[in-house]
Amino acid sequence: MSAIENPVVVSAREAAPPRPLWQVIVIRPETMTLVLLILALFGASLLSPYFLDFGYILRSFTLSAEFAMVALVLTMVIIAGEIDLSPAANMALSACLFAFAQQAGIPMPIAIGIGLVAGLVMGAINAIMVIRLQIPSIIVTIGTLTLYRGIAQVIAGDKSIRVPEWFIGVNNVLMAGIPVPVIIFLVMSIVLGLVLGTTIFGRQIYQIGTNEVAARHAGIRSQRIKMGLFLLMGLVSAAAGILTASRLGSVRYDLGLGGELQMVLMAMLGGTYIFGGRGTILGTFLAAWLLVIVSTGMTVANVLPAVQLVVLGVLLVVSIIATNAIYSRTQR
Amino acid sequence: MTDTSTSDRPLLAARGISKSFAGVEVLRDVDLDLRRGEIHALLGENGAGKSTFAKIVAGVHRPTRGTLTLNGMPVEVTSPIVAQSLGITLIHQEPISFPDLSVAENLVLGRADGGWLARVPWAEMTRDARRLMDLLGVRIDVTRPMRGLSIADQQMVEIARALASDSRLIIMDEPTAPLTPKEVETLFAIARRLRDEGRTIIFISHRLEEVRALCDRVTIFRDGNKIATEDIGTLTDADIIRLMIGRPLREYMHKQGTTIGDVALEVENLTLPGVFSDISLTVRKGEMVGLGGLVGAGRTDVARAIFGVAPAASGTIKVNGKPVTIASPDAAIALGLAFVPEDRAVAGIFRTLPVEQNITAAVPGKIAPGGFIRGAVEKALASDSVNKLRIRLASLRQPIGELSGGNQQKAILARWLLTDPTVLILDEPTRGIDIGVKAEFYDMIGELAASGRAILLISSELPELLALCDRVLVMSEGRLTANLSRAEATQESIMHAAVPGAASRQGVAA
Ligand SMILES: Nc1ncnc2c1ncn2[C@@H]1O[C@H](COP(=O)(O)OP(=O)(O)OP(=O)(O)O)[C@@H](O)[C@H]1O
Ligand SMILES: [Mg+2]
Repeated sequence: MSAIENPVVVSAREAAPPRPLWQVIVIRPETMTLVLLILALFGASLLSPYFLDFGYILRSFTLSAEFAMVALVLTMVIIAGEIDLSPAANMALSACLFAFAQQAGIPMPIAIGIGLVAGLVMGAINAIMVIRLQIPSIIVTIGTLTLYRGIAQVIAGDKSIRVPEWFIGVNNVLMAGIPVPVIIFLVMSIVLGLVLGTTIFGRQIYQIGTNEVAARHAGIRSQRIKMGLFLLMGLVSAAAGILTASRLGSVRYDLGLGGELQMVLMAMLGGTYIFGGRGTILGTFLAAWLLVIVSTGMTVANVLPAVQLVVLGVLLVVSIIATNAIYSRTQR
Repeated sequence: MTDTSTSDRPLLAARGISKSFAGVEVLRDVDLDLRRGEIHALLGENGAGKSTFAKIVAGVHRPTRGTLTLNGMPVEVTSPIVAQSLGITLIHQEPISFPDLSVAENLVLGRADGGWLARVPWAEMTRDARRLMDLLGVRIDVTRPMRGLSIADQQMVEIARALASDSRLIIMDEPTAPLTPKEVETLFAIARRLRDEGRTIIFISHRLEEVRALCDRVTIFRDGNKIATEDIGTLTDADIIRLMIGRPLREYMHKQGTTIGDVALEVENLTLPGVFSDISLTVRKGEMVGLGGLVGAGRTDVARAIFGVAPAASGTIKVNGKPVTIASPDAAIALGLAFVPEDRAVAGIFRTLPVEQNITAAVPGKIAPGGFIRGAVEKALASDSVNKLRIRLASLRQPIGELSGGNQQKAILARWLLTDPTVLILDEPTRGIDIGVKAEFYDMIGELAASGRAILLISSELPELLALCDRVLVMSEGRLTANLSRAEATQESIMHAAVPGAASRQGVAA
């Protein structure tokens, strides 16, 4: 039999060092996004010297700025453990209603209000089905994606509805040399980043997405928070739709068609975890720029649109795999 | 260092096993020999490294250093699947399975013979599964889905799975924590039979009396080091505790003379059809009321109903004399209630989030007075709790899932203590907590009661109920069957009321 072994030195509690800080910073999905962004900028500037012109990048960004705004909110929805695939359709329908209203002679502010309320209502419909009827959000919003787009097509038909001349072109209005939609995106990023990162509301979004049952036990009103997120999603989508109307000068039912793919792509590329509980606004912010530079770069390089789609698809898959790998690394 | 007296080769020899997680060493140079046909206990405080060692043997974790020798042959256990093929099975602290597959399907998981197109031999599978269940002497319908099986039955399925792959080494990590005494007996009988067949069992538990009843030898871990391996007969309880925690244990004494005040929680005729009926009870300020009974008697459901997680269909609840409706936990918290749930993984922790966020989850108002989180305040609150409850961790920012089971439990306790509740409902709060901390924890809730809080303690551990409570209520099959004063409460009187059918079904008003 073994004797009782030498009383081993007992390490003090908490003597163990935490994971080194550099690891905490480097092994993050956002870092991956930032590195990709720098690489993309570098590659694109080889393709065309335009990419060294900040103004050019900003102008390119205005083409995706509306999607990027919605992607910020979508990031929060995904972190909360849900998804919303209907925002692009919401953009189209609220923009149509807005355009109709102002064409019918309703004053512009009221017409905008109508568009925004429509967006809120669409968000509420999603929320009610997900929260009250307990239907998975992916099913609900695939349904409403078709529904909202369908209604837009029914009311607008094949026509383009024009908006008045003075309303056209927010994207060309500069403030401090920056196009207004980009400014809106920047402001939204900062505000939502602060909300998600420093407020209780933001903290609880992560907690709900990590373990909703535990969140409920801890007194977190998960339903209320999710309701808020879907409503915000509806409101921001509508605003994005109206901004798109201003940029394009007219509204058709196919405004923003396929935009949900880009929005999801931005969130995923930014390291948002598709199963909820992880992700940051910073990641989505970086990913939006990355996506703009990659797509514009490909256009400049005369890559066929079909091939561009393939590249985006590959990016999506790679980012999901990389995010998963990074998160499971910190697990085992 | 090693056992040389045994003539036959050990089944498994571990040499110099060390494990670090991200630079933190949690196991240091562990040497351990497991004999054929023994039941070997691993003992140690929370976070001592028992589960980590078990997981290394079972291929869940890879050791940072060290070797494993199975039957004299060096082996690399690179994954649980390799472990299974080597005849090593780990039965997890929290059983994992596929709830929608049938019992029989769960039994053959990970045993894919034939190509991926091979036909599934359903009939054979079912027959084999039945045979295994018969072998274990348990009656479980093998065609029903896992979902809804009791934890004891789920464990039996895991053990059957170990037998199905003819495991020679079966590791049970705290298997008895959620079981009723009768289920524990069944488990022990099966374990002994497996040992007599020449299989080896590693048994992890925090209950010394179980280790005494079942095991042949024990190995004691402390802070990642193996301290000793001995025949169980050569050690007294005091020896074991000294080896485990490095100091003798204080006896817990029931605090006398706490003044019991007004009724803080009053529940009348609470009923949820099919789950529990006519539950009436009161808990006074400064009073500690125990709620005993067998696992599955409906105690947790009553607690969940009071706390608003799954409200009752009828009945009234009064807090501090005022009738209230509690439709959700946040309403309960606002009324000064707190509830430590029994199922930590499902209802307690946010696995991937930092420990500090887990601790402060129920007190948003304290860490963010204006809605914005004050990092310094949160850190101070959390580290205060960590010190008070002696939670062992590397950093407050570490994901809570990386803590040992017992330390996770302490963090959840800490969360609810921070809410400063008037009524504290504890559901099996000491499950998985080591003896050293248990004593401190008892002191702590004793103090909470003394400071005028009302405490409702759900526990399956009779000694705990007897030592702590001023009054013990007993539930059986969804009804209250006894209301025992401190003087009346004994092991026998509680068990008598807890066993279905034994006690006459007089309605008890508490
Ligand atoms: N995946 C992980 N990452 C980082 N640290 C870990 C991980 N798993 C375990 N640890 C640490 O290793 C130490 C030992 O944990 P282990 O789970 O082996 O303890 P234990 O003896 O089983 O305790 P308990 O009785 O509480 O279950 C703990 O300090 C724990 O925090
Ligand atoms: Mg353990």
